Amino acid sequence: MSPPKPEPRPTPETQTFWDGCANGELRLQHCGACDRYYFPPRPFCPRCLSDQVEWRSVSGQGVLHTYLINHRAAPGFEEDAPYAIAVVELAEGPRMMSNIVGIENTPENLVLDMPLEVTFEERGSVMLPLFKPAATTGVRG
Amino acid sequence: MSPTSVKSAVAIVGAAETTELGVIPNLSEIQLHADAARNAMADCGVGVADIDGVACAANPVGVAHYLGITPTYLDGTSVGGCSFMLHVRHAAAALASGMCEMVLVTHGQSGRSRVGAGGRGGDGASLQGQFEAPYGPTGPPTMFPMGVLRYMKEFGLTHEQLASVAVVQRQWAMSNPRAMMRDPITVDDVLSSRVIAYPIHLLECCLVTDGGGALVLTTAERAADMDLARPPVYIVGTGESSETPMVSQMEDFTTSRAFRVSGAKAFAEAGITPADVDHLMIYDAFAHLPIYGLEDLGFVGRGEAGSFVEEGNTAPGGKLPLNTNGGGLSYTHTGMYGMFAIQESVRQLRGVAPAQVKGVELSVAHGVGGMFAASGTLVLSNRRP
Repeated sequence: MSPPKPEPRPTPETQTFWDGCANGELRLQHCGACDRYYFPPRPFCPRCLSDQVEWRSVSGQGVLHTYLINHRAAPGFEEDAPYAIAVVELAEGPRMMSNIVGIENTPENLVLDMPLEVTFEERGSVMLPLFKPAATTGVRG
Repeated sequence: MSPTSVKSAVAIVGAAETTELGVIPNLSEIQLHADAARNAMADCGVGVADIDGVACAANPVGVAHYLGITPTYLDGTSVGGCSFMLHVRHAAAALASGMCEMVLVTHGQSGRSRVGAGGRGGDGASLQGQFEAPYGPTGPPTMFPMGVLRYMKEFGLTHEQLASVAVVQRQWAMSNPRAMMRDPITVDDVLSSRVIAYPIHLLECCLVTDGGGALVLTTAERAADMDLARPPVYIVGTGESSETPMVSQMEDFTTSRAFRVSGAKAFAEAGITPADVDHLMIYDAFAHLPIYGLEDLGFVGRGEAGSFVEEGNTAPGGKLPLNTNGGGLSYTHTGMYGMFAIQESVRQLRGVAPAQVKGVELSVAHGVGGMFAASGTLVLSNRRP
């Protein structure tokens, strides 16, 4: 039996992020002084050090900024390999690492800047944000 | 009296690697430190009593005690593979200001055999543990090349150009008896080697080896009074910087901020431009690092490094000899390779490198720590400033 996949352990500074995930929403902190979102979480703005920051639920929309396809499965990922480890640029600006689900992870399928949307997967005691190709907004067939 | 200046004050007088290199199952990490240290001390004819400063990327207390040194200067800076560039930089400042008189910088790593090596493993509560590890990376090969596809899209770098980095470095390694990999390879060989993390193939990844190296530094004044078998190598410019410990949080995936800041600082301190450089070492954990380094240090313009390498400019006989020991891709890579880049710069400046470039007077050794997390740059010369 394969070992479990690595599980995030929330800290006091990140708990709200993970609470959001458990609630099916992606949350980012927004700096009122800069009018700018940032990630990963911390209780002050990394650009201006302002404490005037608040958690906001964001769109969950993003684009595929860059990625690689891992052929050396991490413990727990044996059945997924090869799988993409991606950096998603969120519509609100920050970027985060993630996996791409709902599509075979091949160079042909994964085109940089393709639109993605967040989805969540149970990972131990937390829900982990992953991304899938965005539903097309045009005429549906 | 003019103010003491780091760049005019300090020299590397002793430099050596471990006696063996590559696969060394019979030596522990601390003994690799000691073997390299004793070789470097013998190289410049000094004893334990002469050394009053110790620096390494582990706990320097352990190295000092193991060698019987009573230090008055300790530097345990550990920011990854470029730590040694930072050790040299800090030692230069300490020596120039009179904090100590002779500093020993050591590296020993049983990266392959793992004899007496520390454990691996992450912390699920760290930011990396929460926001990167859950997505299944398996060490540097599956993290470091994160920006390569973005770079390819932005600048048109081809898979063949990336592969040519490995091909050219193998050409250098073929002249080096201590290099682990010495058989010639072609671009096709690289591209048909196993995919490790697309778009990176096996032959675009560094080796995993055992080994070490050490340096002895002192003031230029004292160096002039020493009976040295080989001439001093002067530190004429230094830089260091960092960006992010999380590769996913790089500002721009096509360039390293730490490279740019560290490199610019070192070049400014030395008062040089890239055109002045005779010989260059850019830490190559993976084939894309020399691409980024050539651009971030200003040797070529943005997006030009791939064709620059492909056209042979960095190969034997080319106008900018780069990674002339074969690099981390073909020479050796213990895990923290920066020490070996410095050693090759010193050999080239002393005129004793296996693949010696003619007339080297100015060499740059540029290192990375973590995955574009940190950087250190040394500008070295065999002419006293």
